[in-house]
Amino acid sequence: MIENFDLSLVNWSRAQFALTAIYHWLFVPLTLGLSFILAFMETLYVRTGDEMWKKITKFWMTLFGINFAIGVATGIILEFEFGTNWSNYSWFVGDIFGAPLAVEGILAFFLETTFVAVMFFGWNKVGKKFHLASTWLVAIGASLSALWILVANAWMENPVGMAFNPDTARNEMNSFREVVFNPVAVDKFLHTVTSGFVLASVFVVGISAWFLIRKREQELARRSILIAGIFGLVSGLAVALTGDSSARTLAQVQPVKFAAMEALYEGKSDAGLTVIGALTDSGEKIGEKKVHGMKLKIEIPGLLSIMTTGKGDGYVPGLKDLVNGNPERGILSVSEMMERGGHARQVLIDYKMAKELGDTDSMAMLAARFEDKDFVENYFRYFGYSYFDHPWQVIPSVPVTFYAFRVMVGLGFFFILLFVLAIWFHRRKTLEKNTWFLWIALFSIPLAYLASELGWIVTEMGRQPWIIQNLMPVHVAVTNISAGAVRTTFWLFAVLFTALLIAEISIMVRQIKIGPKQ
Amino acid sequence: MGSAAKTVNRIFRFYYDGFRTMSWWGKKVWIIILVKLFIIFLILRIFFFPDFLKVNFSNDRERSDYVLEQLTGNN
Ligand code: HEM
Repeated sequence: MIENFDLSLVNWSRAQFALTAIYHWLFVPLTLGLSFILAFMETLYVRTGDEMWKKITKFWMTLFGINFAIGVATGIILEFEFGTNWSNYSWFVGDIFGAPLAVEGILAFFLETTFVAVMFFGWNKVGKKFHLASTWLVAIGASLSALWILVANAWMENPVGMAFNPDTARNEMNSFREVVFNPVAVDKFLHTVTSGFVLASVFVVGISAWFLIRKREQELARRSILIAGIFGLVSGLAVALTGDSSARTLAQVQPVKFAAMEALYEGKSDAGLTVIGALTDSGEKIGEKKVHGMKLKIEIPGLLSIMTTGKGDGYVPGLKDLVNGNPERGILSVSEMMERGGHARQVLIDYKMAKELGDTDSMAMLAARFEDKDFVENYFRYFGYSYFDHPWQVIPSVPVTFYAFRVMVGLGFFFILLFVLAIWFHRRKTLEKNTWFLWIALFSIPLAYLASELGWIVTEMGRQPWIIQNLMPVHVAVTNISAGAVRTTFWLFAVLFTALLIAEISIMVRQIKIGPKQ
Repeated sequence: MGSAAKTVNRIFRFYYDGFRTMSWWGKKVWIIILVKLFIIFLILRIFFFPDFLKVNFSNDRERSDYVLEQLTGNN
């Protein structure tokens, strides 16, 4: 089974998707967050009539514009890749992706051609209030257009609100509400958007700090630090809350990812939350996967149990329970799931054969099984497991998931502290005196990007080997094309995106150096 | 001019003036946008990223059968 796949094709297709998604994500969070910061600043301008706020708004709007323009349409490449490299997956997910993405496309188009244009071209041409409304609409619209793709991404982690149609080999949406209010979608939307707010706030605080270090544009810098500091602090707290809520949901819908995030191999009743720790090689294995030990561990006792079950003595399953099963705790083993998934696949194979023979009675009988609740909940639900040879294949990379998660969370708390200090020094009028703080703020900008990218690494690496949780593993999703073709486009993208990034950074740095005077 | 024509004219002038009086960075990023769109839609899309199922099959029936084969095949 898995051995029959051209792993180099799967790996190149994954590498390409990872490359393009990581690059695309360099542009998105700043758009999400900076648009709101602009809206706050411009609101202050309209309310107070203070021209300084206008100057500040226009300066940050320039940086917003550069980022927006360079990032725009980089996401469309991901959609191309779905069609070329992941055609089995694209077909299988059917309208679950189609509808949300169509809405996004239309919304984004309207946004860009009207309100973004008013934002840039409309100063002195449209009324102040109309201009302000456009800025707000750009901010709200940007977050809303991110909603749909996040809903689709959440569906892949927790496929709800759909039914599989064996005749079309597609999933068909039967509840739009369930798809949109999927608990993973709600957490994901709130966490992603607020993390974009944090990133943009760090960006504004960091660049303002640079002005203060250079003793330039001090009024602009101080005011910007105050706005971004407050917005960042509120968003930082929201990121921690929504991240916590995401983790709780994951414990239910993706327990393997959750256990990997915690490097938890043995299930426990008063499981502690590991704050930091270094993974070691324990010498033990589950199948061919290493089991990691941990040294230098700092742990908060009982917290993991409380967070996931609400009780200090609540049981948190480890990777061993999840792979080998734990009947006492009602956890099925992966081999049992493989068997059930195999049964579901056999029904599909029988359906296909009946179709080839034109045996409509059997077809109707077999198709009816996909509408039968018992079959869907106890067999089809594990469909994807039928593609594995060994239970251990469902374990993702524990080190990647564990460390990426810790660094993201650690940085989250670091940013909260950064914003608290920024507001504190601002209030005490000692920002300029604390140059150490200003330098830290400046160097925090790349850290914010790192945290944001690591978030996606936790999400996407932690869910391996699944492209759609429990239904479709990555190696089944891939199109049967030559690995060489994918390799070529990988390098094309690497060049294109690197050029875009260089353009972004150089134009931005130039504009920052020029400052708001222009 | 009728009021509809006036509105169209105003909108046209709004964009026209906006583009004409654009700053250095504005012109620069517009060039980047256009080059990027050209590369993405006219080179990558056409030569490197055909939609596999659209190109290789002529209707949804065939596409379904192909994917069904992939899902049920010896994998
Ligand atoms: C402060 C504590 C934080 C916690 C507890 C937390 C928790 C989480 C969890 C559990 C996930 C995985 C969600 C999934 O797999 O569906 C995640 C993903 C993510 N995180 Fe965080 N996070 C925190 C801070 C941050 C920060 C500071 C950033 C960026 C500035 C960030 C950005 C992201 C992003 C972009 C994702 C991927 C989108 C998603 O799946 O939600 N997170 N986070």
